[in-house]
Amino acid sequence: MADLAQDLVTTHGVSPPGSAPPPTQRKWTRRPGWTATLMLLPAAVVVFGVVVYPMLRTLLISFFEVNSAVATSTPFVGLRNYADILADRAFWSSVGRTLYFTVVSTGLELTFGMAIALLLNAPLRLRWLFRAIVVLPWALPTVVNGAMWRGVLNAQYGSLNALLTQLHVLPDYHSWLGTPFSALNMLVIADVWKTTPLVAFFLLSGLQSIAPDIYESARVDGAGPVRSFWSLTLPLLLPSVSIVLILRTIDAFKVFDLVYVLTGGGPANGTQTIAFFTYAQAFSNQRFGFGSALADVIVACILVLSAIYLRALRRGEMSVL
Amino acid sequence: MIDPSAHLIPTRRQVLLGGMGAASAALLAACSVTGNSSKGSGGSGKGTLQALFMQQAGYSTDDVNAMLGRFHSANPDITVKPTFVTYEALHNKIVTAAAAGAYDVVLIDVIWPAEFATTSIVADVSSRYPGDWKTAMLGGALATAEYQDKFYGVGWGMDTKFFYRNSQQLKQAGVADGPLETWDDVLAAARALKSKGVVKFPLAWSWSQAEALMCDYTQLLGAFGGTFLYDSGKLAINTGGGVAALQWMRQTIVDGLTNPASTTFLEADVQKTMNEGQAAMGLNWTYYLATSKDTTQSKVAGQIEVQQTPAGPSGKRPGVNGAMALSISSGSKNQDAAWKLIEHLTSEQELDKYASSALPIWKDSYTKPDVVASAPATFDAAKAQLDDMILRPGVKNYNAISQAIQVELQNALLGKKPAQQALDDAVKTATPLMQG
Repeated sequence: MADLAQDLVTTHGVSPPGSAPPPTQRKWTRRPGWTATLMLLPAAVVVFGVVVYPMLRTLLISFFEVNSAVATSTPFVGLRNYADILADRAFWSSVGRTLYFTVVSTGLELTFGMAIALLLNAPLRLRWLFRAIVVLPWALPTVVNGAMWRGVLNAQYGSLNALLTQLHVLPDYHSWLGTPFSALNMLVIADVWKTTPLVAFFLLSGLQSIAPDIYESARVDGAGPVRSFWSLTLPLLLPSVSIVLILRTIDAFKVFDLVYVLTGGGPANGTQTIAFFTYAQAFSNQRFGFGSALADVIVACILVLSAIYLRALRRGEMSVL
Repeated sequence: MIDPSAHLIPTRRQVLLGGMGAASAALLAACSVTGNSSKGSGGSGKGTLQALFMQQAGYSTDDVNAMLGRFHSANPDITVKPTFVTYEALHNKIVTAAAAGAYDVVLIDVIWPAEFATTSIVADVSSRYPGDWKTAMLGGALATAEYQDKFYGVGWGMDTKFFYRNSQQLKQAGVADGPLETWDDVLAAARALKSKGVVKFPLAWSWSQAEALMCDYTQLLGAFGGTFLYDSGKLAINTGGGVAALQWMRQTIVDGLTNPASTTFLEADVQKTMNEGQAAMGLNWTYYLATSKDTTQSKVAGQIEVQQTPAGPSGKRPGVNGAMALSISSGSKNQDAAWKLIEHLTSEQELDKYASSALPIWKDSYTKPDVVASAPATFDAAKAQLDDMILRPGVKNYNAISQAIQVELQNALLGKKPAQQALDDAVKTATPLMQG
């Protein structure tokens, strides 16, 4: 009985009737798992330094009018920066362009990624080589990818024009980045080219977790490859698709470096996405308060998008895919 | 029974979140909103200087490194660590580095003194200016770093956009030898070049959505008798010569005389296009002539000639002031040594050595036969053009105003809006920014 009471005390903090109360000031540092906390502390400090603190500081600055990197006078303006954002037509235009870029690029990446994943999952000879080749675009830094596409798409000496005119697909050189809509679509292509391998590998890992037996059963039941894909592969891949969709949507929504290198936001602001708009306002125009408010709006948008996806996933609404 | 004191013992999560919260509160409370509290000082006049330069146009990286080498020989106590960035990255690099005081000396464009002076990013060096500099230096060079009668740097290389023409191609098209004096002459030559099939698009421009577009437009605005601002300080580009210049620019695209890809070009693209022989005429900075003669970069070496920018219907032919200046960061802790460096880099002796890359800021240099001989054609064109410069507005919010104008210029160039409407819209967007 005494042993049981002691067990209760040590394991559940329960005092047996009539027993003396346990020491109340047991040091919290002796709690189980504290070693793990200490070991996590360096990572926590880093996360605090590069994520938490900058976010809090950005939020703080967004309530002030800060018009210089070394400003000494920074009047408090409350929510005025946020109100200015909502009244800014350039902001809404950049939101529209960002949504277009996000939807089209994510859709194409998912489509091409699925096709490549199915191909790489097939029992091909030299499959390891194809997998290595496919991953190459993803291995390129985004800035290098942007610079490469700038060269490829250059109207005067770009390789795309040279190829298409030599194949007689185009009669003359075309300025791919010369009009706003065309330039925005070129950004999509550059992004799709780089990021499709990532999507493909995510989906490939999902494909490899599907037991081959069920395809055999489906085949015995008379299902062809197309029916198997729609009725088996796609539903079973849904968790992978959902993860890819969330990751790519968030990533595409905050596209910046590709725009910076490839078009600089032009022509006629036709490729100015919300992240690039934020950068231009904060650093080119030294409107740090306004820029910080914009950054907070981007974070809020991404949180909302993520919440919608996650809720849809929980409710099973993603099965429409 | 549950031990009530257990509630007093913080969990690990509470400890971590509490710690982060307390640290955030302490840090946020301890700093100003911008987090900047450093003030600059003269320093000891020796030590290490961090300097920020541009890596294209004007003085090359090799030129700058050679200048710095000589400076170090003359000042062994001072070591200079240079950083080179593209023009497009220069402004924002200066801004983001300012809070940390990362650079002692920064290269600034002629359009930035108002912004950097009012935002305290660069230091007022008026008291350091020797008295004779104001008479010995070209007026355009003095104006480069001047804002409200104070100097925020020293001009470092005069520059303006000259007109370059491929004499060989013009000859093939039957155009008379010699400079094209007016923009009408340029159009006539372009039509001849196109009709005779010498080159498909005779003209190339840097009309990308960037400051390069503003430079070309400014030069044409001046030629067409326009002005950026009324005397009252309000924008005037949507009247008279401002509109006529933009209509003229658009028409050259419609007529197939301007390469339509010009709306994606910077000056480097104009350089490549002309050096490939795919355009016969274009505006560019001083440095271009030297690259056109370099057979490793040019297929038309020896064919490119430089001249003063042509005159417009107004008879005027001003060049855009594209000079740069060296400034001291307000936060520099070694401003005395920084000034020594600026004095060295802007000295007549140094600048004369590189007159073919960027024109000297000193009046004397233009009378020295050996300096003029380094680029006689450029000096010949510069003699007239540097006397008649047109400045872009020297206002605090110039960058934002310029962006608004660039977008509308492109809307007109792409045929999305008539010139008048585009410029009206530009003025409407930019006017509130003029107050800042």
